[in-house]
Amino acid sequence: MEKTDKEKMIDQTKHRGASLKTSNNNLKTRAAVPTPVEVAAPVTLKINGNVVEAQPGMTLLEAAQSADIFIPTLCHHKELSNYGACRLCIVEITARRRSRIVASCLYPVEDGLEVLTESERVVRHRRVILELILTRWSWVDKDLLERYGIKQSRFEKNMNFCILCGLCVRYCTEVKKANVLGYVGRGTERQIVIYAEQALKVCPTCDGGEMGCRSVCPTAVIPMEFAHTGPRFGKKIPLAYPARAYDRDNVRDVLHIVGDWRMPSVRKSHATKH
Amino acid sequence: MQRLKSVVDLESLRERILSKRDPNRTWVTVCSGTGCHAYACEKVAEAFASEIEKSGLEEQVGLRRTGCHGFCERGPIVVIFPDGICYLSVKPEDVSEIVSTTLVDRKLLQRLLYKGEDGEQGIAHESEIPFYKYQTRIIFGNNRLIDPRSIEDYIALGGYSALAKVLSEMSPEEVIDTIKRANLRGRGGAGFPAGIKWETSRNAPGDVKYVIVNADEGDPGAYMDRSLLEGNPHSVLEGLVIGAYAIGSHEGYVYVRQEYPLAVDNVSNALGQMREYGLLGENLLGSGFDFDVIVHRGAGAFVSGESSALMAAIEGKVGEPRPKYIRTAISGIREKPSNLNNVETWANVPLIINKGADWYRGIGTEGSKGTKIFSLVGKVNNTGLVEVPMGMALREIVYKIGGGIPKGKRLKAVQTGGPSGGVIPESLLDLPVDFDELSKVGSMMGSGGMIVMDEETCMVDVARYFVDFLAYESCGKCIPCREGLYQMLKILNRICGGEGQEGDIELLATLGEVMDDCSLCALGQTASNPVLSSIKYFQDEYKAHIQEKRCPAGVCKALISYYIEPEKCKACMICLRDCPVGAISGGKKEIHVIDQERCTKCGTCLEVCPERFGAIIKLPYKEAVAPYGAKS
Repeated sequence: MEKTDKEKMIDQTKHRGASLKTSNNNLKTRAAVPTPVEVAAPVTLKINGNVVEAQPGMTLLEAAQSADIFIPTLCHHKELSNYGACRLCIVEITARRRSRIVASCLYPVEDGLEVLTESERVVRHRRVILELILTRWSWVDKDLLERYGIKQSRFEKNMNFCILCGLCVRYCTEVKKANVLGYVGRGTERQIVIYAEQALKVCPTCDGGEMGCRSVCPTAVIPMEFAHTGPRFGKKIPLAYPARAYDRDNVRDVLHIVGDWRMPSVRKSHATKH
Repeated sequence: MQRLKSVVDLESLRERILSKRDPNRTWVTVCSGTGCHAYACEKVAEAFASEIEKSGLEEQVGLRRTGCHGFCERGPIVVIFPDGICYLSVKPEDVSEIVSTTLVDRKLLQRLLYKGEDGEQGIAHESEIPFYKYQTRIIFGNNRLIDPRSIEDYIALGGYSALAKVLSEMSPEEVIDTIKRANLRGRGGAGFPAGIKWETSRNAPGDVKYVIVNADEGDPGAYMDRSLLEGNPHSVLEGLVIGAYAIGSHEGYVYVRQEYPLAVDNVSNALGQMREYGLLGENLLGSGFDFDVIVHRGAGAFVSGESSALMAAIEGKVGEPRPKYIRTAISGIREKPSNLNNVETWANVPLIINKGADWYRGIGTEGSKGTKIFSLVGKVNNTGLVEVPMGMALREIVYKIGGGIPKGKRLKAVQTGGPSGGVIPESLLDLPVDFDELSKVGSMMGSGGMIVMDEETCMVDVARYFVDFLAYESCGKCIPCREGLYQMLKILNRICGGEGQEGDIELLATLGEVMDDCSLCALGQTASNPVLSSIKYFQDEYKAHIQEKRCPAGVCKALISYYIEPEKCKACMICLRDCPVGAISGGKKEIHVIDQERCTKCGTCLEVCPERFGAIIKLPYKEAVAPYGAKS
């Protein structure tokens, strides 16, 4: 019997690499791909030797979690789009006798894939990634550090507590649709800043005054601070900047810097005060 | 100008153009690439225009401003056809003499000719000059024959005949098949087979597809794409239209970096002409195929040359890459199949269509077919753009074409592939240029940058330069690349600053490994190549920096010192006066002494000390011995 157009399209997508499930609130992200497809037939893959069944459209991370297999993550959140920035969730996959390292939070499931979540290569790299995270933030989850035997980092400190996981940005953009938090700068100068004008309009009443971005932040460094004009006006906005890196006297200076992203070098000097 | 409505129209136009051109007419061509513009080639051209008029030779002599000829070391270049007489380093003041000597008296002007090794007799003909003689300029050669702002020049050379053939005689599948058989591999760096990419896009579901020219060319020192776009934009665009037809795309983009204004100008001009002539827009040459192009300018970031970042930028988003588990050929701009290729890749397409895949396969090696344009720069006599067949040895390129190392210095290494590539030591110089051969030794062909380094180049400093570049240009999204480059830079800065420690090399290797495997995009995945390859081949230099606090090449400022030899110093006061920080003490009869604390290692004293004295030397280590009698 002739295949319907939809069936033909499904065949092609299966062949070329399944689409990624977009997040619940239907947002398009750069990582998402043409239309998620409802397909009955599940995909079979092996994770750490265990046979796992998954729906096409799932990521390796979702498939592992559904089978109760642990993969550490940092920049991943169920309700936010997958970002793939921390690279803690890396796994080693073998397909057609070639193996490579991929981020499991983004890699779509494929039939016949062999996945290792704790191979020698993966663990070796994960340790270094944890050491690199430690250069920015000391309070990484103790259990995670213990699991991988990390006592301290061999690398030079660059303490500024924000690990650029982007959870706050994605929360504000995708869930609150407020676009108060964003990235500026590139490479080693990359930072997260607030757009103060937008913040003043939106934040004081966000999430009943609790500001959800603060709850998704893994390093808990988004303090609430008084903006621009001080406590008199009582308007609270989040500061995407480590609270501990400055004292109350220079709050105004810091806010000024955070709002004016053209001065990353000045920001650096504040960070080294630590 | 009447729109060309069919292939027959195009051929009649070509015949008309050719019939109006006398093949024996004398043409003065003045190279007008960006490099020669910086040397006042426009003034040279204007001088020719006025001199030709003054001598009443307008009928017999034509003047043409052409694209880049490639011999950038000796610009402005003037080639007089049909004889092919080549004058180098031409200044506006030379023009009247050229006109009277060569155009009127039909004699050679010796002083402007290329001088061979023996120096006496100059080489008159362009094709005899070693720089050009050993090249195979099947793509680049047309630059010198056309005015890039004239579509008729391009048509006169056979331009758009490939497009005509494709639209009238070939199906899209046949086009793809031809490109696949020719084994055209991407010239942007990765060397991915273009035919397979085209096929993937063609087969991907959906009606809207895009084709893109990647003219971001961010590698420091690489400017081949610039010269192709400036000098022969139609060759690239013709390839693009052919590709669009093969893939089934009706909308194309040319993404040019912000820093190439002349390229943007010439491409936009060429597109306008194509539309006028009916080679762009609706119903091209009566085939029923529609296609048009948008020029998009970059915003100054190296990372946005990465295909997924480039497509994000075209969409108006921040130019950051995404992981390519779903390939851009299937989901690119606005999630539609998007086929991106480099400028030089597109420029090869019309040639392959016209001459056939078998002809193309006859050039190059087993795995790498065709030619490659390299920008040969650095410590080499003949810097410029060179086009060679794949498989030519690096040694031949550097010595036969490049003319060897200036000032009789020794070659140390050749760096290929820009910040994603590695260094190739002198011992491996017989390697052929081939995608796979270069990757095997830890480098890569890349987009074609070829930097020659001599004994006075510090390899640790070179690694540091590239890491510094990448740390600044990385998008900063993923931890391995952002933090890895930051830490690598810290370590390399320490090493070059004389504070290297045991274990630094191992740390660099560890970081490199993580970046290679775990980075989100190819910038991070290849970022460690310059560091790791220089450690592999020049480990002794690293050890000297770390253990002995010494820079063998005499480059790292913290590890060198300038010293005035007391026996040779004649107290002439020249260096004393010229020192910008007043670090030299002494007087008319007093031997001069450099205060090492104040010295900034600028090297001025070494340059100004008269040759007959030669009292100043550069020591490749930090501590300078105080001369007899002076306070230490």
